[in-house]
Amino acid sequence: MVTLQLVPYAEIEPLTSVGRIRKLLNIAKEDKIVLLQGRLKKEEEAELIQATMEEIDGAFKGIELAVINPGSESSDMNPFQKIRTNVVNTLLGDRQGLTVIGPATVVRKIKKDPNKIELFTEEAKKKSKKKRR
Amino acid sequence: MISIIKNFINKLLGDIFTKKGHVKLGLYGPPNGGKTTLANRICTDWLGEEMGSVSNVAHETREIQIKEQINIKSGEKELSFNLVDTPGIATKIDYEEFLKAGLSEKKAKTRAKEATKGVIDAIKWLDDMDAVVVVLDSTKDPYSQVNITIIGNLAARKIPVLIAANKTDLKKANIKKVQAAFPQYSVIGISAKYGKNVDDLYKGLFDLVG
Repeated sequence: MVTLQLVPYAEIEPLTSVGRIRKLLNIAKEDKIVLLQGRLKKEEEAELIQATMEEIDGAFKGIELAVINPGSESSDMNPFQKIRTNVVNTLLGDRQGLTVIGPATVVRKIKKDPNKIELFTEEAKKKSKKKRR
Repeated sequence: MISIIKNFINKLLGDIFTKKGHVKLGLYGPPNGGKTTLANRICTDWLGEEMGSVSNVAHETREIQIKEQINIKSGEKELSFNLVDTPGIATKIDYEEFLKAGLSEKKAKTRAKEATKGVIDAIKWLDDMDAVVVVLDSTKDPYSQVNITIIGNLAARKIPVLIAANKTDLKKANIKKVQAAFPQYSVIGISAKYGKNVDDLYKGLFDLVG
């Protein structure tokens, strides 16, 4: 069974970078998939990877990470759309988009395309292997 | 007073020339993208010797490797830099993957432990880079979060970036997909293994740090 835990941005907003990373990583280490409203700062994403590496052991093998932020990565926006996106970004900050963090023992792969996320779990892989047999 | 001014001018000129002469060019990317193969290509082309070992098993490079004072030429232009080859950045490392690749349990566990340290070091070194070539495997999905995080962090630090879409010798290579994923960056398709299009990469380096 796969457990998803929704984390509203308001829950991490008052925390320091270390606090945010700790909170998200602790949830992932409980074998839950984190669905974070919004996204971390770029530097925090790198710190999350560093913190993950420090904690890898026999039981915890790391994370799968994906950030989806529809519209922000589109290069074919007209000037009006770009201005509107910039205004929304300024007002909402990092609340836009969705961050998915899954423990590697549960989530095998996250495919981003770039406006949708496909999540492949280890359980599904095992089932498909059994079916083939 | 005169000595203070003299020191200031010396420091200013010193900084300018030292920086020019010791540009740190980093090779970053996910594991098995071909960073060390590219480093070897650059070193063989301009120094006549290789930089590090390569392997099909991921995380072959687990320590930062530096080759100093590489001078490359293109026409009348000349560029001098220190090349920094970094371990591949990943979000997960499973020693069982190394077992599957044929390593013994002891070697697999050691490799995994060294690989985690390598990732941490690679991220720590980001701040020291003057320019970076992000080496991506052009046969793989460019939208992976590791690629986006690396490039996003370089952009946040205002470090100039050039993307090398490597392994163009393979049938599945798709340079256009890499370009579509990172439209704001210069993407050069290369085969580091066979030296295909590497001259274009050298020209790109002049634009990047020249």
